[in-house]
Amino acid sequence: MKNLFVYIECEAGRVADVSLELLTKGRELSNRLGVRLEAVALGKGVAALQPLMADYGVDTLWVADDPLFEPFRTLPHTAVLTALIEREQPQIVLFGATCIGRDFAPRVSSALHSGLTADCTQLEIGDHSDPKSGKHYTDLLYQIRPAFGGNIIATIINPDHRPQMATVREGVMLRATAAEKGAAEVREIAWREALSDSDLAVKIIEREVAERKIDIKGAAIVVAGGYGVGSKENFALLHELAEVLGGEVGASRAAVDAGFAEAERQIGQTGVTVRPKLYIACGISGQIQHTAGMDQSAMVISINTDPDAPMTRLADYAITGRVEEVVPKLIQFYKKNSK
Amino acid sequence: MEQKFQIVVLAKQVPDTRQVGRDAMTAEGTVNRAALPAIFNPEDLHALELALDLKSRIAGAEVRVLTMGPQRAAEIVREAMYRGADGGYLLSGREFAGSDTLATSYALACALRKVGADLVVAGRQAIDGDTAQVGPQVAEKLGWPQVTYAEQVVKVDGDRLQIRRRLAEGVEVVECPLPMVITVNESAPACRPRNAKRLMCYKLARTRSELLEEQSWVVERVEAMPELQIVELAAADIEPDMAQLGLAGSPTKVKRIENVVFQAKEAKRLTASDEELEALIVELMAAHTIG
Ligand SMILES: Cc1cc2nc3c(=O)[nH]c(=O)nc-3n(C[C@H](O)[C@H](O)[C@H](O)COP(=O)(O)OP(=O)(O)OC[C@H]3O[C@@H](n4cnc5c(N)ncnc54)[C@H](O)[C@@H]3O)c2cc1C
Repeated sequence: MKNLFVYIECEAGRVADVSLELLTKGRELSNRLGVRLEAVALGKGVAALQPLMADYGVDTLWVADDPLFEPFRTLPHTAVLTALIEREQPQIVLFGATCIGRDFAPRVSSALHSGLTADCTQLEIGDHSDPKSGKHYTDLLYQIRPAFGGNIIATIINPDHRPQMATVREGVMLRATAAEKGAAEVREIAWREALSDSDLAVKIIEREVAERKIDIKGAAIVVAGGYGVGSKENFALLHELAEVLGGEVGASRAAVDAGFAEAERQIGQTGVTVRPKLYIACGISGQIQHTAGMDQSAMVISINTDPDAPMTRLADYAITGRVEEVVPKLIQFYKKNSK
Repeated sequence: MEQKFQIVVLAKQVPDTRQVGRDAMTAEGTVNRAALPAIFNPEDLHALELALDLKSRIAGAEVRVLTMGPQRAAEIVREAMYRGADGGYLLSGREFAGSDTLATSYALACALRKVGADLVVAGRQAIDGDTAQVGPQVAEKLGWPQVTYAEQVVKVDGDRLQIRRRLAEGVEVVECPLPMVITVNESAPACRPRNAKRLMCYKLARTRSELLEEQSWVVERVEAMPELQIVELAAADIEPDMAQLGLAGSPTKVKRIENVVFQAKEAKRLTASDEELEALIVELMAAHTIG
C-alpha cells in the first residue's frame, strides 16, 4: 500500500503524452502521500524507457518486455496488470482516458472489484467523513470529473476499496520532469504466469494507424472558430491569423459538424483540451462543453456579434463585431506593428 | 427445431443532456432533469443496428434488448421492437438504485446469465455518464472477451467474428471467438428507422407492471400474444449476491456535486473599430503575449 501506479501507454517506443502528464501528477500525489511512484509498461523494448522514467521521478519501472503486448490487446494487458496489482497492492492506479485506457481499465477494475472513475480532469488528496457510518477516512483520492454532459462537476471517492483507480483526460494536467530524478529501477513482471491461452484468443488481423497530423494540444496560441465563422472560406481567415501569430487553429463542435474544420481540431469535452497562453474565440458562443476544453487558457479574446455570449464571461477582451471584419484587421495591424 | 442464436443488446434510457440549454438549467445553475426529454441513448441505437444487421447474417439469430431502469424504461424495449428487435427485458427494482458502473455491470451480467446470450452488443457509452465502463465490465463479469469501439462486423466465420474498430489514430480489424461483448462507436452505421407495420403491431407490448394499469382488452390481447410481453425481471429473478447490487455494491461514492459556474472575469469591452483593434494588438505585443 506504499505505492502509486501509473500505466504507461507506449507504442513503437513512443510514450503517450498523457502518460507523462500522469507521471507528473503521480509524482506530486506520491510526495503528498509519502509513497513510491511506480510506472508499468507492457510492450516491445519497454525497458529502454528507463532514462525517461527517471526524468519523471519514477522510483520503479515494472516491465513486461515482449512483442506479445504490442499492439495493445485487451485481455493480455488486463491479465498482467491485474496480477501485478494483486501482488503489489498499490493504493492508487492511474490510466490515460484514451482508447486504450478506456478499453481495459474498466476490465481491470471489474476483475479487482474496485471502483474506477472515468475521464477525470483533476485529482486531489483529501479526507472524508461518512455521515451515516460516522467513519472517517484520511488521504483519499478525490477523482474530479465533469458529469451530466459537462453541466456539473462531480467529486468521486472510493472509501473502502483499493486500489483507487481513475482514467484521466489527455492534456488537462501539466507535464514536467521531476525536480529530482528517480531511480527508475527496472523490474520484470512475472507475466507468463499471469496469462492463460484464452487471453490470446483475440487476433489483430489488420491495422492502419497514422500519426496524428493535426496536433493543437501543445500550441501556445490557439485561434478557434465556431459556427459563427459562417463558412469554410471564412475559416481560412483564422488559418491566416494563426499562421502570422505562430499558433494553431481550433474549432467548436458546431464548426466541425458544419464541415468548417477537421474533427482533430475540436476543442472541448469530446475533443481535445488546450491550455495556451492566448485563446482567440471567433464566433464561439461558449457552451460548457466547449469551455471545458479551454477554460485554463491564460488569456482569452472573444470575437462575437453578441455582446452577451457566454464566452464573454471567460474573456479578458470581448470584441463585439463580425469575425469576417475583425480577423482581417487583426492580421493587418499585427503585420504593420511587427515590422 | 432450428438452433437459436441469442443476441442481446444492452440499451439505456437517458436524459437528453444535449438539450441542456439555458431553460434546462435552474436559476441556481442546477440541472432541471424534469425538463429534459428521456431518449434512447444514441450509441445504443448504433448497437441495435449492428445487432439487427447480424441477425440477417446468422441463421436462427434473434435480437432482444436488455435495459435496466425504472418502469418507464420499457419504452426503450418498445422502441427497439419498432425498429426490428424480437423482444426484450426490463430489469427494474429499488435494489438497483444508486448503482455505479460496477454494480450496474454486475446486475446486467446476472440478468444475461439468466436469459441466456450468445453475443452481447452495447453502445460504447451513455450520454448521461460518458464512462464507457459498463460494456467492458459486463464482459469481465461474464468471462468473455470484448471488442470495443466497433463500427462493423466485416465477417461472420463460424464461431468467430471479424470486427472493424475505430481507434483514435486509425482502424483495426480483429478476430474474436464467440461469445463476446461488442461495444459500438458513434461512427458505426445509424439505426434503421421505425417500421410502420411493426409500430402498429408492437405498440401494445407491455411489461407485467404496465398491464396492471391497462384496460381489460389490452390485458387479454397481451396475454394471448407472447411476442407482446416484455419480460420484467426483478432483483430476485436474477439470483444475485445482494451485497453487490445498488449503492451498497458500488465502490465509488459521489462526495460532492458542483454546478459549473464561470468565475466571471470583467472583460474589457472593445468595438471593431480600427483604433481599438490596433491598440489591442500593440498592447499584446508589448506584453509579449504575441510576437
Ligand atoms: C455531450 C456533449 C458533448 C459536447 N462536446 C463538445 C465539444 O467537445 N466541443 C464543443 O465545441 N462543443 C461540444 N458540444 C456542443 C456544445 O454544446 C455547443 O453546441 C457548441 O460548442 C456550440 O458551438 P458554437 O459556439 O460554435 O456554435 P453556436 O452556439 O451556434 O454559437 C455561434 C456563435 O457565433 C456568434 N456569431 C454568429 N455570427 C457571427 C459573426 N459573423 N461574427 C462573430 N460571431 C458570430 C453567435 O453570436 C454565437 O455566439 C457538446 C455537446 C454535448 C451535449
